[in-house]
Amino acid sequence: MSDVAGEARSLREGIKAGEIQVSSVFKGYGEAAFRTEVVKDCSFTIERNKLTVMIGPSGCGKSTLIRLLAGFEQPDSGSIQLNGTPVSGPARDRLVLFQESALFPWMTTWDNILYGPRARGEVTRETIDMAEFLLQKVGLRDFRKKYPTQLSGGMQRRAELARAMINNPAVMILDEPFRGLDAMTKVLMWEYYAALFEETRRTNFFVTTDIDEAIFLADRLLIMSNIPTQVRSVLEIDLPRPRTQLDLVENDRANEIKMQALSILHEEAMKSFSRGSKAAADFVEAYSRRVSKV
Amino acid sequence: MSAVAADSMRRLPKRRGSGFFGNVAVRAVISLAVFIAFWEIASRLKWPWIGQAPAPSVVLDAWIPLLTDKGYWYSWVQSSRRVLSGFIAAMIIGIPLGLAMATSRIFNDITFPVFEILRPIPPLAWVPAAIIFWPTQELSIGFVIFLGAIYTIMLNVIGGARSIDIRFFQAARSMGSSNWDIFRRIILPGVLPSIIVGCEVGIGITWNVVVAAEMISGGGGAIQSRAGGGLGFFIWNTYIGGSYPLIVVGMISIGVAGWISSAIIRRLGIAVTPWLRLR
Repeated sequence: MSDVAGEARSLREGIKAGEIQVSSVFKGYGEAAFRTEVVKDCSFTIERNKLTVMIGPSGCGKSTLIRLLAGFEQPDSGSIQLNGTPVSGPARDRLVLFQESALFPWMTTWDNILYGPRARGEVTRETIDMAEFLLQKVGLRDFRKKYPTQLSGGMQRRAELARAMINNPAVMILDEPFRGLDAMTKVLMWEYYAALFEETRRTNFFVTTDIDEAIFLADRLLIMSNIPTQVRSVLEIDLPRPRTQLDLVENDRANEIKMQALSILHEEAMKSFSRGSKAAADFVEAYSRRVSKV
Repeated sequence: MSAVAADSMRRLPKRRGSGFFGNVAVRAVISLAVFIAFWEIASRLKWPWIGQAPAPSVVLDAWIPLLTDKGYWYSWVQSSRRVLSGFIAAMIIGIPLGLAMATSRIFNDITFPVFEILRPIPPLAWVPAAIIFWPTQELSIGFVIFLGAIYTIMLNVIGGARSIDIRFFQAARSMGSSNWDIFRRIILPGVLPSIIVGCEVGIGITWNVVVAAEMISGGGGAIQSRAGGGLGFFIWNTYIGGSYPLIVVGMISIGVAGWISSAIIRRLGIAVTPWLRLR
């Protein structure tokens, strides 16, 4: 077991956590009269060693922001910097976990996890040991030879976490990674993911539309405005870790934060509601029901 | 769980229902038997239209002597060789072309108009041109067969490559993949299921055009037997000779050959795409 401890240490030591600075970023799509500003003068910081959660009404431009952070697209103006260096394209220092699984269906769990090192020609004894360690860490040792379609939803997300972690990204970006999981699996994944984060304290950026998920996970909570998106409010979630689902219900501080967040979200959602968005209407309905329950 | 129940559980994947009629092989036999019985009865009772066709028993009578005829089997070999070479040529040219069209915008814009004009021309219409273009009969035949398969293969490759999830490319790029690495580890496996579908349909079409293609030959390379020269030629030749039961023998032979080819490709396809098999 000393081997495992050694791997855990080398995992922690290998992490060079980064900090992302987003400064007055603009991004729009379409030409002239049909142009839609999606991100407008947006600035925020993804702080080092923290789990920053971004929450906002659906269709507010969160996914666009992720594409910009990952470098899949470039901002129209403004800058995105990782540790002071401008982001110019996709790179291993900013890895994205997508909504639903983006595991390669034609590769086994093991091959998926080793994808990054193989792509860079970095397969060494240490990488293999690390892959083995991560496989165990995500509880998929008996599933190494299985293809993604043979894994359950929760297993797929964990395999994807391992596939990202082996590359030691400076920042992990997660785009609603637990969407589509059933309620029970989702809570288990929160607990699993939060424990993993606490263990490594890697800089994480987590996007969601679920307020409970946000409060369960976040160190810092960015609440986004309606489209064109900007940061409306930043809340420090100073709840002690590890958190439990019960805390979210019973803890006064947790409820206070939730009320505060919901009132801002409600206001923003109303704006998109008045724009006639179906998604926004659903959002308002769901959250007003929740607010009245709290 | 009783031993019997456990046993039937183990056999579950091979059965799609329960009881005697649940067996796939049994269903296939029933399907063929009913078809042949209907044909036999209709033929003997001289029903309209189908009564013109020779009955299965008559066809069988004509077929049995052929089973020991070298020429007949040589026709099988000859047609298979032509279909195979035309089909392999279509794969060798069609798959890379399709991949290039799907991955390069510029290449696509340059080649697509030509592709779209050539595609609707039926292989049959190429027969005269093929005779003029190519120095030997075999090349002319191979060319027509090649045309029968290539468009289907290309269309499937292009469609398959374009429908690969964009997130796979983004993820691969983020993890440091080079273009070559993305081609080899994302595009190729991603497009493989479509290549297989294209080949499966494509090889069926090659058997469709083999009759037309072998008319070019006038029996090219036939050995001393009226049954030589390829299965397609065999049909044409027996029609000229007025032997209706033998026409049907030729038709069924091509049907069986096509079925065997598709089955082989399907098997190969399943073998090279294990991730699709294990859902």
